[in-house]
Amino acid sequence: MSTISIRKYAPKKYLAENGALAGLLLLALVIAIMQPAFLNAQNLLNVGVQAAVIAIMAFGMTFVVVAGGIDLSVGSIAALAAMVGALTAGPIGLVVGALCGLVNGALISYGKLPPFIATLAMLSVARGLTLVLSEGQPHETDALVTFLGSNLAPMVPLPLLLMLAFFGITGLILTRTNLGRRMYAIGGNEEAAKLSGIDVRKQKLWIYALSGLFAAAAGLVLAGRLGSAGPQAAAGYELDAIAAVVIGGASLSGGVGRATGTLVGALVLAVLRNGLNLLQVPPFWQQVVIGVVIALAALLDSLRRR
Amino acid sequence: MKTLITARGITKHFGATKALDGVDLEIFAGEVHVLLGENGAGKSTLVKVLAGIHGHDAGTIEGHASLAVIHQELALVPELSVAENLFLNRLPRRFGFVDRAEMRRRAPELLDRVGLDVDPDAKVKDLGIAQQQMIEIARALDKNAGVLILDEPTAVLTETETDRLLQIMAQLRQNGVGLVFITHHLDEIQRIADRITVLRDGRSVGVLGPKATTRHMIELMVGRPIDEQYPRAQQRPGQPLLSIEGLTKRGVFEDITIEVHAGEVVGIAGLVGAGRTEVARAAFGVDGYDRGTVKVDGKPLRRNDVQAAIKAGLGLVPEDRKGQGLVLTATVGQNLELVTLHDRDRKRLHDIAGKLRIKGRVEQPVKELSGGNQQKVVIGKWLLADPKVLILDEPTRGVDVGAKVEIYELINRMTAQGRAVLLVSSDLPEVIGMSDRVVVMAHGRVAGELPRGATQDQVMALAVQEISA
Repeated sequence: MSTISIRKYAPKKYLAENGALAGLLLLALVIAIMQPAFLNAQNLLNVGVQAAVIAIMAFGMTFVVVAGGIDLSVGSIAALAAMVGALTAGPIGLVVGALCGLVNGALISYGKLPPFIATLAMLSVARGLTLVLSEGQPHETDALVTFLGSNLAPMVPLPLLLMLAFFGITGLILTRTNLGRRMYAIGGNEEAAKLSGIDVRKQKLWIYALSGLFAAAAGLVLAGRLGSAGPQAAAGYELDAIAAVVIGGASLSGGVGRATGTLVGALVLAVLRNGLNLLQVPPFWQQVVIGVVIALAALLDSLRRR
Repeated sequence: MKTLITARGITKHFGATKALDGVDLEIFAGEVHVLLGENGAGKSTLVKVLAGIHGHDAGTIEGHASLAVIHQELALVPELSVAENLFLNRLPRRFGFVDRAEMRRRAPELLDRVGLDVDPDAKVKDLGIAQQQMIEIARALDKNAGVLILDEPTAVLTETETDRLLQIMAQLRQNGVGLVFITHHLDEIQRIADRITVLRDGRSVGVLGPKATTRHMIELMVGRPIDEQYPRAQQRPGQPLLSIEGLTKRGVFEDITIEVHAGEVVGIAGLVGAGRTEVARAAFGVDGYDRGTVKVDGKPLRRNDVQAAIKAGLGLVPEDRKGQGLVLTATVGQNLELVTLHDRDRKRLHDIAGKLRIKGRVEQPVKELSGGNQQKVVIGKWLLADPKVLILDEPTRGVDVGAKVEIYELINRMTAQGRAVLLVSSDLPEVIGMSDRVVVMAHGRVAGELPRGATQDQVMALAVQEISA
């Protein structure tokens, strides 16, 4: 009995878990063949650094998406946190990001707003506050924040390590904490979660707060790399974060998603951008290619689920 | 007698599993042909092969009539009107636009054939489930279906609605329509069936006539002799574990008082809409109420607080398994641990899965399980929490006979350990057979209480009575 069932499920499971990874490797292979400079160690590190900001943001987004929601405000929160960090101190930026997330959560849980609307409002508010605080000017970051974007040692970029650290934390939260298990329950069937004694509203507060916190961290890393926080920083990054989560195999209807998938998704986007640059594809066409890849990834996923 | 469909030696594989294995089936004009079998026996697959949704690997199908299937999940558009749904896909048109006048003219005639009196302009979402079903049947008839397949249509209907459906089926039979009827309710079969094909493990194990006994049907279905359909083992009741006192929610239920003692099973019977589920949900803290108290083991519960209810030792298996009971995207194990997340213990999880005889692995997605096994998972997550009182709302709806008896055994085991069970059920033989006392509700009030051994007539008499406020 058990041998039959293993044979029946194993290949499907293997594909489902590694589809995005297989795609990433294939993509890297194609680019490497067309432009061997891609495999240069320094270039690969660059890809990692470029992936870091979106990846950290996307890890936060994974919590929200697994719980059946969406967070459109992460780009703006990242910018606001970085700006607050530049004007005061980095840790205060983190607190502001988490607070923005809490407000999202409260609007969704207690105000019963759809996540799309609540976070769309926050997208505008947080961006507006960033503009107000900055008076439209970029501001230099302090030493601590600049350190986040620097190299720990030659060939050891801190953003890359931070990405891996957030990856580990995300995996731990999703698989080893009650909050994580509840995210899957809420996203899979909110009513069943409620009837099983899960305080859905309280959980959502934490989930959106986490997303805000992760977005703030991503914003600080971005500012650190650039050495300054800009009023228009990270604009549109929320869409890249959502794309990374979806490429990673999460379902926007909730209940499905993993940290490894999101990491792979963010790497796919970074490899693609890097590869297209190396191949000297004009930036306007890069947009088109990235859109096609997102559609293909989602299409493959939907085929696999059938 | 005219044969409408002849299927011979139908065989169908899904991967390595043989879903159908050489099934023969003949449908005559003017007969009600029941397909009977446990979940997973192959009824739905057979229907889908007949309807051409699935192909078949071996065998032949000869059809001399068009065929329509009324699936359990209705295929209606809720936001469109009754008339628009009736003519969906072939709306009458005039000058290229929908001809509403023509639609309104033709709709009543169709609705008449199924005895449905609704406004053709009403939106389908505003109708009851029984009325929606009738609309589907009317639509099928308009397409001149010679064979009508009804896949568990009565699972969602009340007693009176079921009566009405059976009447209409009898009428269609007289008009020469061949009806294939899938149901788990054996009493319905005895009322209307002309022939019964029993399926087990993908094989046809017998064709019975209309006089077949319930016992004979069940034994053919499960493939072994059975001792008893309702194996209730009574305990001597102990102290009250659940006390609902004067519970009132304006316009929904009024002054409900029910007490369940340790070791006791108390049933709540009544028509759909009598307020049974609403009382269960309010007691569990899902919905609020205006007056009254709910006590578990003497401790009053805060209203509208599910967490407090669970902490006090209350559990609820909700009526809608897929909509409210399960996280379908998750595995069996993840569903089992839902209530007891705080003290995850893999060993107990495997224990309970084994004890419940859940057919499926703990790591398997729960949506791959049959209805009966899914329900066992929902019950299992509560057993892990070890509640003092478990409220079961329609625990055997859509569950096959074998799994039903296993669920009854679980109820017995709980009460033997001094726990209490409140059993809400629309299945009269079940609620009478498994309860030590039956509380009958009507129009949001307690209409009366009957001791063990009450008859269905006694329950119905209370359930339909008009209560003067």
